[in-house]
Order: sequence, then C-alpha cells, then structure tokens
Amino acid sequence: MLKIENISKIYHTGTFGGKELHAVSDVSFDIHEGEVVSLIGESGSGKSTIGRMILRLINKTSGKITVDGVDTSVISGSELKNYYRKVQGVFQDPFSSFNPIFKADRVFENVREGFFPEVNSAEWSQKIHLAVESVGLNPEQVLNKFPHQLSGGQLQRLLIARALLLDIQLLVADEIISMLDASTRIDVLNLLADLKSRGLSILFITHDLSLGYYISDKSVILYRGSIVEMGATEKIYNNPQHPYTKMLMCCVPRLDKKWEQVEIDLQGKQTEGTIGCLFYDRCPIARQERGCAGDRPPLIEIEPDHFVACSHCWENDKVGKPVEPRIQEKTQ
Amino acid sequence: MSLQVEDLKIYYQTLRGDVKALDGVTFSIRDGEIMGLAGESGCGKTTLGYGLIHLTPPKKYMGGCVRLDGEELPIWDNDRMNPFRYKRVSIIPQYAMSAMNPTRKIGKMASELLSAKGVVFETILPELLRRLDLVDLSSDVLNMYPIELSGGMKQRMVMVLSTLLNPSLLVADEITSALDVSTQQAVAEMLVEFRDRDFVKSMVVVTHDISILYQIADSILVMYAGKLAEKASTGTIINSPRHPYTKLLISSLPKVGVRYAEQKLKGIPGNPPMLLNPPVGCRFRDRCPFAFKKCIEEPPFIEVEPGHFVACWKELD
Repeated sequence: MLKIENISKIYHTGTFGGKELHAVSDVSFDIHEGEVVSLIGESGSGKSTIGRMILRLINKTSGKITVDGVDTSVISGSELKNYYRKVQGVFQDPFSSFNPIFKADRVFENVREGFFPEVNSAEWSQKIHLAVESVGLNPEQVLNKFPHQLSGGQLQRLLIARALLLDIQLLVADEIISMLDASTRIDVLNLLADLKSRGLSILFITHDLSLGYYISDKSVILYRGSIVEMGATEKIYNNPQHPYTKMLMCCVPRLDKKWEQVEIDLQGKQTEGTIGCLFYDRCPIARQERGCAGDRPPLIEIEPDHFVACSHCWENDKVGKPVEPRIQEKTQ
Repeated sequence: MSLQVEDLKIYYQTLRGDVKALDGVTFSIRDGEIMGLAGESGCGKTTLGYGLIHLTPPKKYMGGCVRLDGEELPIWDNDRMNPFRYKRVSIIPQYAMSAMNPTRKIGKMASELLSAKGVVFETILPELLRRLDLVDLSSDVLNMYPIELSGGMKQRMVMVLSTLLNPSLLVADEITSALDVSTQQAVAEMLVEFRDRDFVKSMVVVTHDISILYQIADSILVMYAGKLAEKASTGTIINSPRHPYTKLLISSLPKVGVRYAEQKLKGIPGNPPMLLNPPVGCRFRDRCPFAFKKCIEEPPFIEVEPGHFVACWKELD
C-alpha cells in the first residue's frame, strides 16, 4: 500500500546553505497491508527523515512516495486531509507531544475539530472511550488528566489511540518505545502487534534490534542514508550478510550471551560525498583493489526476499562460499 | 570493603510532604566491583547515585551512613563533601550532552575544573592525552567546543574527565541510554577497561537496561519503589532470580530470537506506588502475582544464599 521509490533528501547546511548533507539517498521499499516494517539504523542514518517525509512533515528532494497509488507530494487541501485520515505518526518523546498546560485529552478534541466536526458530543465521547480501551487503558484513569499526571507509557498509548480514531491504515512509529521503561515498553509493543493483526500497516523506526525482531515482518537496515540490507526479518537476523549488519548484531546486548571481543572502529572518517561504499572506512573486509572505494554497491538479491548492498557478499556468493568478515580479535 | 552503605534514607522535600525516594538502603561494594543498579523509572536509582556524591535540596538526608575505604563520607554536608568530590568520588552524569560548558573549549574547561580542585593542568596533561587515546579520541578535541562532538564522543570525553583523578568510587548514571548499539557497546566496554586499568576502584552503574548490566557488571542490585528488592551476582540475577519483581522484569525483556507470533511477552501490570505515601508492607504487593497475607508486613532484606540477598516473604519460608 505504501511504496517508496528512490527517495532522497538533501539538507542544506552552513551559513548560506552552501553545504549539502545527504540525509537519505536513493531509498526504495514498500509496505503491504497488515505488514510491520522496521527501519533500523544508528543516529544520523536518516530513519526519522524517511518517516517525516512519509508524513509530509518535510519535503523530499527527489523520488516518489505513493500510498494506494496516489503520489503524496502533489496532494493538497482536502486530499491532504484525507491522506492524514489514512496515515498518522507517533513520535519518540510522549511528554513533548502533549501541551503541558492543557489536559491530555485535548489531542482527541483537536481530531474532532479537524476531521469530524459533524459528530455530536455523546457519540464522540463514546468513540474516545472505545479507542482508549482498544489501546489497553482504562478511560476513567486517563481521561480528564494533565500530561504530567500520566506515565510515559500511558501518554504514548493515548497518542496511538488518537491515531486510531481516524481509522488509519498506516502508522509511522518513530522510536516510540525508546523512552519507556522495560516493564511498559513490552505492553506498547504488544499493542502494535495486536493492531497489526487487525490489518494496520506499521513503519517501526528503531535503533533497538531486539525490538525490531520481536514484531516486524520485514527489516530495512540503513547506514548513512542508504539501505545496506533489506529483507524478511528472519533472514536478516539469522543470516546477516553485510558487514555493517553483522557488526550491529554483535553489539546487541543479550541476556544469554556475552559480547564477543570485537574491535569496533568508531572513528571512521565520516568523509562527505564519498563515491564508493559508504561503509568503506569502517568496514573490516573492504579492499581498495576490490573496488569498494570506486562505485556505490547496488542492492542485490542474494536469496529470495533478502537484499544486500555489498559487492563482496555478492562476489563470494557467486563462487558459492560466503566468507565471514575478518573481525579483529582484541590483542590484550 | 570499598563502599559500605547502611540504612541510607534520602527524601525529597515537597509542599505536600516528603517523598520517600530512598528508604533504608543497605549494601556494600568490594574493591574492583562493578555493581549494576536496575529498576523502573522513579524507583530511586538516580537518587541513590547522586546521593552518594552531591546531595542538594530538594533532596534531604534523613539518616544512614556511607563509608568509603573505611572513612565516613559526610554526604549530608555539602561543604565537607567538597574535598572528596572528584578526587575520591566522581560521577558520569546522565546527559553528557549538557554536562560540559558550551562556552568553553574542552581543554580550557578541563583546566578550570582541575584548578578548582588544586591540580595543575600541565602536570596531568600527558595522562589526559594517554586516556583520550585509550577511548579513541584525538588530542584535537581539547581545542574544540562541545558542540563539535557527536553524542558518543561527548560521552567518552565526559568519562575521561570524570575519572581523571582516579576516584575510588564512580557513579555512572544511565550513560548508555541515549547511544546507538555500537557506541553503547564501546562505552560499556570502556567502563570495564577503566576498572581493569585501576582508573577507578569500584563503580555503580545505574541503568534500566539489564542486558547491558549482564555484559559488564559483576553484581546487580534491583531496586523497587525506594527499597532494595534483590542483590546477587550478575549470573544469579539473570538466570535464577528469586524476587517476583526481578523475575517479571527479566521476562519482559525482548531479545533477538523472540517473536511476537511465537512467544508473546508480558509486561508488569500496574504502576509503581507513589512514594509520597508509600504503602505499608511490601511495596510490590499490589502488582505481585504471588502476594499473600504476610506481605502486609515489610519483608527484611536477607541473605538466602551466600551473596544473594532478597526482600520477599516467599523466600523466607
């Protein structure tokens, strides 16, 4: 239902906008109905930028985003309003999403003013009750309260309830779990999974790989604005091919396994506008003679529903033996 | 025994009465031990961490005793704590982004910081450069403003500055929470390395992320609503927890390998109690699936096995 084709975003920075920052370059993927796609990457990898472009909070530089075949960048007025009936977002910090001087349920009132002016009060409050109950909250406990009287998990679920009032088809969930406690984050995560089984599509933006694995059908790994690996979640997690994905998997703190002693190259000269592989300067298997510094490696399908942007995995796959990346053992 | 805390009580003074954020806490940390402090938000982790170092209003000292290397820390007296701070006890604050002075170059800020403690910057500069090298920062950062550094770099810079005078106790407050997984691992491993190289003798690592603690801590102390719930070695807490709260907390963590479709994880229902008027008896009672009659009385924090302390009536029978 959502189709993203070759979108890019260039921010102009510097005093007179003279410098260019390629936040997202040439990203394409799609989300089907009732599918959860997780967008994983470090800070600065452009994952939030993609979410914001889908929500039309910022304009894209090039490319095309279509929802149900309609190009989102050309719509305006009532069409745009209809678009927001279908697509909504929830963001990282629940405390700053609410206006602290108004009661928390004002967000529902705003929806009514904007989208349902014809609905009468009794009907509307019933609708709110239903939405609040469907996110696992008790309406009596959360309605008519100020944001500071509610917990982060409750506020985050109220924002999801607000999105549900609109009968949405796609939810852009931008790091909605990161600010929550371990005990409440799983409730919000289960809620998303429930909504998914009711047919809602979710774009789940996160930097936490274990959360991504828990609910998503498809994973997209971003590095500095480009997709490095993409495909079915099991395939990515059980058989990561790109050196960057492998490094990420090693770094996830786990309860059943201690970290392996791997050297992580944090310095990596963040050279702007490199033409070759973006991961070149941090990659343990990169070789100049193999052409890593030459051309940007294309996204190649190495097995059904598993794409990798690394010329090596591809080369090695062609000869039939994928090699482990050379991970430097700590010499101490 | 490097650090001993006995029956420490720190309340927050508010207009509606005292919030009992830390209500009678007793534990000890050995030399060279990294102790993890885990729990939900609002259970007193940060209050404990900061209380050991900088106790200012609205925080109020209500009793108890803190000993560092056999010497009592006058934590209730801000002025008398001054000679201890930075030299004997130090902290890496939660928001490294805002911990540094934005109007000073980092080198200048460091030299001001050191001269305030009576240390000449030039004498310690070689050591500072050596440690910067250890955390993968070039010496150029000393000529930069904090805004020029990324979040992970700032965090590492603050780590180096906080431990420069080899304190005996270091409190690291949620230092990995705002970082990416790869930076998170690097920062966490640097903490261990600082301990291994004797830059700090013992450490209290405050975090809500238990999986990080599993990687780096020697022991874990779980707090709930201002009280201690359980303390044991890391392996014991993760693999055979005895307190119901610890069990629920650990079972609610999503891991790589667990999917919603196959195994549905459960959160802990309910919220922690308000500490303005904490309930009598076991504070976890309302949310505890095993609560019974006896829980109306307050459970003692006792040693059920060598080195394994639990505050739960179930474990006493």
